[in-house]
This record gives sequence, structure tokens and C-alpha cells, in this order.
Amino acid sequence: MAHFDPNARPFSNKWMNERLAVDTLKRVLSTEYWIPKNINFLWAMGMVLAATFGVLLISGIFLLMYYIPDTKLAFDSVNYTIMSEVGYGWLWRHVHGVAASVVFLIIYIHMLTGIYYGSYKKGRELIWISGMLLFVSFSAEAFSGYMLPWGQMSYWAGMVITNLFSLGSLEFNGLVEWIRGDYVPGQAFLGRFFMLHVLLMPLIIIGLIVLHFGTLRMPHVNNKDGEEYDFDAEAEKWKAGKRKESKVIPFNPVFLSKDVFVLGIYFILFFYLVFYHFEFAMDPVNFDPADPLKTPTHIYPEWYFLWSYEILRPFSKDIGLIWFGFAQVIFMLLPFLDRSPNVAPANRRRPFRCWFWILVVDMIVLTIMGKLPPTDPTFALIGKVAAYTFIGLWIALPFITMKEKLVGGKK
Amino acid sequence: MKELKVLAVVVIFTLITYWGVEPYAHSQMHKHVESQDFKYPDINASGVKGDAAAGKNKIAACAGCHGIESQGMKAPMDAMASSAAYGVNPPDLSKVGAIFDEKFLIAFLQNPAHAAHAKPNFAMPPSAGSAQDAADIVAYLKSIAPKEVSNKEAFELACGRCHAARYAKWTQIGTVPKTKPNIKTGKDLDKLKFEQNVAEYQNKLAAYMGKLPPDLSIIIRARGKHFLETFVEDPQTQLPGTAMPRVGVTKEGYEKVEAYLEEIGDPSKPKREAVGPWVIGFFFIFTILAYLWYKSQWKGLK
Amino acid sequence: MSDRRDFMGMALGAFTGLGALGALYAAKRTWDPLPSIKAAGFTTIDVSKAEENVLYTEMWRGKPIFVLKLSKDAKPSDAPNGNNANAYDDKRLITINGHKFFIAIGLCTHLGCIPAYFPEEHKFKCACHGGEFNMAGEVLKSPPPSPLVIPPFTIEGQKLVLGESGPEYKKLLAAGVVA
Repeated sequence: MAHFDPNARPFSNKWMNERLAVDTLKRVLSTEYWIPKNINFLWAMGMVLAATFGVLLISGIFLLMYYIPDTKLAFDSVNYTIMSEVGYGWLWRHVHGVAASVVFLIIYIHMLTGIYYGSYKKGRELIWISGMLLFVSFSAEAFSGYMLPWGQMSYWAGMVITNLFSLGSLEFNGLVEWIRGDYVPGQAFLGRFFMLHVLLMPLIIIGLIVLHFGTLRMPHVNNKDGEEYDFDAEAEKWKAGKRKESKVIPFNPVFLSKDVFVLGIYFILFFYLVFYHFEFAMDPVNFDPADPLKTPTHIYPEWYFLWSYEILRPFSKDIGLIWFGFAQVIFMLLPFLDRSPNVAPANRRRPFRCWFWILVVDMIVLTIMGKLPPTDPTFALIGKVAAYTFIGLWIALPFITMKEKLVGGKK
Repeated sequence: MKELKVLAVVVIFTLITYWGVEPYAHSQMHKHVESQDFKYPDINASGVKGDAAAGKNKIAACAGCHGIESQGMKAPMDAMASSAAYGVNPPDLSKVGAIFDEKFLIAFLQNPAHAAHAKPNFAMPPSAGSAQDAADIVAYLKSIAPKEVSNKEAFELACGRCHAARYAKWTQIGTVPKTKPNIKTGKDLDKLKFEQNVAEYQNKLAAYMGKLPPDLSIIIRARGKHFLETFVEDPQTQLPGTAMPRVGVTKEGYEKVEAYLEEIGDPSKPKREAVGPWVIGFFFIFTILAYLWYKSQWKGLK
Repeated sequence: MSDRRDFMGMALGAFTGLGALGALYAAKRTWDPLPSIKAAGFTTIDVSKAEENVLYTEMWRGKPIFVLKLSKDAKPSDAPNGNNANAYDDKRLITINGHKFFIAIGLCTHLGCIPAYFPEEHKFKCACHGGEFNMAGEVLKSPPPSPLVIPPFTIEGQKLVLGESGPEYKKLLAAGVVA
């Protein structure tokens, strides 16, 4: 049983410490949470993501107050009530729509940063896996949110994506109907995706964010050279006033000051998009109300799903589904497919360097081809080659990295 | 500086992706139709000069179906009876001269279906025996048209008998009236009756057109300005086979229609433009302050 | 920590606070009643067929509206009405087409229940906490702290339009009957 000082003034520092250990918390979570000094702006992407999630949460709260999850009313509640009646409703909606799109850009940058610098290896596997779980949850969150305005794209995306669960020739049509609660996406479907979007998925995401932060604690944040630090020793140096010699900085305020600066630049760009360039995030086709008797001329997912969509599209139904499933899980296995003991940036890992840049270019090609009409044979061919390349890259990864030479220390 | 190089790589890859999925993909998905500036180049000017006074005597040919309220001529049938008879309500001609193209109207009076690029069952029959008759009638219609029509009037005349705009409370048979429910039952009979009329009109219209023409409330965001402009100029260029006729508005007339569609379909635009600079300005100053803080924190660290 | 460092961090914090205030303003506006709600705040009531001493209930802005054509035995009184339900303050009534009417929002000024009208007694009685009002809405028995509230209205012939302040309503305002 802890000792409580009966003379401590309520809410004084001592009183609070005895009850909530505020000083310890502050030390552990901020002023003595050590981050390497050897980093660049890409290390701020985690904070940018956290901030964007915050923006999504806040704007979402205001949208939720006037949104009506009813197939007959949803479209007008969004496009009329929120857009023209509710004070600043348009602002929340544009912010929410743009943030939902931009958050994936940052996620991809964050992921590729991790791959480039080898931040998924040697003790950091759980950081990677929890991050990938976050990616999957954000995907589910984005997809369920896309259903809510109940426009043409909402409806037909709901139709196409839920049909994937029939698992091709296995013909699990009962499963598809169970997911929809109906023969087609209807009221039951909208109701449950509404629930997923505003409650279950956000809860899961918040839990995973906590887990993701937790997984960083023991292995610590990686640095630009993949160098292994003795964090305790480096922290002692900092505390002794050797700020220049120490390889680490405290999270608050030193690391944070750079994060906030990057955040500032990010928000300039973000609000430029919100006010002047939002079409990319708010597809015009979704401004037509859902019509179960008419498929839009061109349907495509939002840009961040295009690369995996393109892995599905060029193949016959079953094969496409297999590769699609492959693409969904393969990133998760990265820490185990990379057989090299090196924790180093890709530019110092010879064959892996090529592997990384081919992967980046290939995913961009897949993304672009995923949006182009599949009827054009040239685009279809490029898409197919890119899909095979993607599969080939991942199959080759263990073999490439197994032969990798040991690179030591700093450059 | 190394960090800027890293930033450049990130930016370049982002922009390539953006270019691919937005401007390039959309250029591949939608065929580009050049605007013709509402000149109707396929219609030859008749060359005859219309005489408004002569036209006034020939207007009886129109009055069998159309009203001219500004001249005290009521339409022979109301919207409901008209739709039952023709599938659509013929417009009142008071303001026609203000927003429709003269050359187009002259050709239209002689052969409506042809000028409108419409299907052969077009409700209006050829109504002028000669180019001279047509020119006279058009001259008369122009002489009685008001100098100014509002954006809303232009929309209602050019689009509003086939298209509803529910966000502006507009239906094919007029503005939704204000009604009051019975306090004891909560039922609003006047509203129900109006809704039934709209439904009956729409059923007739859908039978006539092949489908119900879409509600135009937020068409400006669903299709964008360029598509709408070229589509209204000649629907067949953008949607071959569509039942929508070419309506033959002038450039000024279309600009009014477009302004109205933007007013009802994108009402937040003026507010966006007013608030945007403030928010972005805020983050500029925020970033400068954050930079100074960052520099002060990182001083002497490297 | 030098002063300059602290100063920059605080300046940034204060400036961020400004932005937060802006966001709070937008949030406040989001909570405001919608324009369509405000535009719907007008109701027209036809009183031409009203019978004496019968309470009619209409609806305005979602609230019940009492319309009562006074009976013949009602007597105006200048003095405080005390417990005499038949005596009323003339200033609180309005005249439409030569007849005296009492109109009010039908919610007890205590905590918002709807009082019921007892025509034989010429009284409104609130079942929730026992408050009573006379025919002009004046308090006969507490707890209600103040008379029934008269909504803004204007008279158009035999019709009452609620939600609009007409000359008769402005007269009540001037007399201090409504606030």
C-alpha cells in the first residue's frame, strides 16, 4: 500500500504524484522518451498520421450529428443538409473527405520509409505488424465510410467488394448475403457499415494506435543508418548536458518541435486541398444518388486501393482472387521474408536497393493502370505485367536477401 | 541539403501517381468534346428578316398549346393535362425570346425534332410553314421578351419542365407549395396531393422520354461545368442516343442556367473562397513559428 | 532551457490556441438551429370559426399554442386578479374582429409541462406540479413564476400569423406584458 501524505494540498504536484504518478508519466512518455537524433522529416510521418486521424475524428463527430443512415435519406442528409444547411457543414465534409484520402498517402510514405530504412527488423517486427494491422483497419474504415453518402459509387463499390466474398468458384453466395443482410446492398447493409464506420472500426484503430506506440517502446525508433544504440548510455549523456555528443534527443520538446514544423507544412498543403482542390477525394460520380438499376460507365476504387485492385483485375476470377489475397497479406510477412541480418538503408543493401525501387515504381504503375479503363488492351497488358512483377518481387525477396553481404556500422 | 533531396523524391513520386489517377485517367475515360460556344454551326442562318408585327398575327399557331402570360394569353391546358396529352408541359412563351438562340428557334419552328436532335416522337410538330413565318414569329417572341431574366427563370424555362431540382424545391410542375399538416392527424393532404401530381407528371414524362430525366440539384458537382456546357449545346455529342433534346439556348442564356445550377448545387463555394485564405494564412504563420521553435530546440545539437 | 526556447514554444502554443478558437467558432455554428428550422417558424391560425370558452391547440416551432376566445362572463380588472379566475388583465388579451382572444405558448412557465384547460372554472391547471393560470394566463397558484408566454404574432383579418411581430404584439411589448 502506497503512502499518502495527509498534508498534501489537493491537486498539488505531490498530491497528484501520489495518486497518478504524473511526473513519472511525463518522464516516461515525453521528456525521457528517447528518439535518435540521426533522422529526417520522414520520421515525422507518425505524428502527421496521428494528427490526421485526430482531424478525421473531429470532423467526423460533426458530420455524425446530421448524417442519417437510411437509404432514402442518407444522400440528401449529406449533400443537402450538411452541405448547404448546417453551419460549416461543408467544411467538415471537405475536411473529412480530403483527410480520408490524404491519410493513405501518408500511410504509404510511412510504410515505404519503414521498408527503405529496414525498420521492421531485429526487434522491430511487432512495430511493422501492428502498423500493417492499422493499414488494414484504415482500409476497412475508409471503405465503410465510402458507403455512407449512398451515391452511385458507394452502392456499386458495396456491390463489387462484397461480391469478392463469394470467393470465386467456391460460390459462397450465402456469405455475401450474410455480409449484406440482403440480396443487394440495402438498408441492412448501410446500417451495419454505418456502425462499423462510426464505432467498431474507430475503436479498433484507437486500440491499434496504442499498441503501435507500445511496440516502439522496447526496440526504440530506428535511425537513418540502422545503427544500434545503447539508449541508456546515450540518454545519460544528454542528461549530463552533453547535448551535442549524445545520439538521442527527448521526444518532448526536441523531437516534437521538428514534428510540429513538419505538421505545419503538411497542414498548409492539406487545407489547400480542402478549399481549392478537393475533387480528387470526392468523386463526381458519387454525387449521383445510388441507382440499383444502373451501373456507372466507369467504376474504380479510391486511388489508395487501386494497386491491389489491379492485381485482381487482369486475371480470371479465381486466380485474380488468389493474387488479391496474396497482395493483402504479403506486406504483413515482410519481417520474415527479408532474410538478411542487415538493418541498413536500402541504398547500402545492393540487390535489395533495386528490389525496393522496382517495388515503388511497380506499385505506382499498378495504381495508375487500376484506374484506366480495362477495355484498352495496352493498359490491360501493362497492368498484367505489373501484377506479375509485384508477385515475382515478393517471391524473389527471400532469395535476394539471403545472399546479401553483411554491411557494417556507419557509411 | 540531403533532406530536401528526400523530399523531392517523395514529391515527384506523389505527383506522378496523382497525374496518373486524376488528369490522365480522366482524359482516357471521357472523350473530350470541344465547346462550340453555343454557335450551332450545323444550322444555317435562314437569311430572311423577321417582322414582329407580322409575327404577332401568326402566333395563333402557337397558342393551341402554349400560353403567353405576359400578353394575357393563358395556356390552354395546365401542366397535368398537358403531360397527359403530350408527355410534357409546353413552355409559356413570354420569356422564350430572352434565352433561346434566334437561328435555332427559326430552324426549330420549321422542324422541331430535327433542330433539337431529338427522337421522331418529339412532342412539338413542325409549326411554321416557311422560313419567313418562323422568322416573323421569332421576331415577335423576341420583341415581347423581357430584357433581363433571372438565373432561376432561365433554369425553369430551359430545364424545369423535364428536370426537378429538389434542393431548390423545384418540381416539373412548379415550386413545392408551403402546406400545413392537420394538427390532429399529422397528415398533410395538400402536400400529398401535390406529390401525387408530381408523380403522375413524372410517370407521363418518363414514358415520353424513355426514362425520368435526372434531378439537377447537384448535377454541377456530379458532371462538372465542361461536360454540362457541351452536353447542353448538343446532348448527342456526349451521350449518343440520349432522349434529351438540344434546347438551343444562347451563350448568355446558358451562363444563367449554369450560374443557377452552381448556386443550388455548390452553395458553399462563396464560403470556401472566403474562409480558405484565412485558414491557409493561419498555417503559414503557424509553420513559421514552428520553424523558429524547432531551430531554437535543435540549436547546438549537431 | 534558455528563455528564447521557452518563448518560442509558448508563442506557438498561444497561436495554436487562436486557431483552436476559430475551429470552436465553426463548431458552435454547426450546433446552431438550421436555416430551414428557422424558416419554418411561422404558423397561420384561422380563428374565424373559434367558439367561446373552448381551448384550441395549434403548433408553432414544435410547441403547443393555446387559442382561447373569451367567454362573456370574463371581466377585465385593473387590480391584481387574486384568486378570481374570471377577472383578467385586459392588457394581455388581443382583439380580433371585435372578439377578445387569449393566445399563449401552452407550456407552464415552471418546468414546461402542458397545462389543461377547465372551461367551467375558467382555469388552466398544470398536472405536473399543481400550477394554475387564469384565462389571461396569469398565475393563480405557484410554483409557476410568471404568466403563460405570449408568442410574437401579427393579425391578418381573421387570421393570426405566429412568428412575426405585428403592431398588436409591439403594443404588448410596450405595455410590458411580453418581454
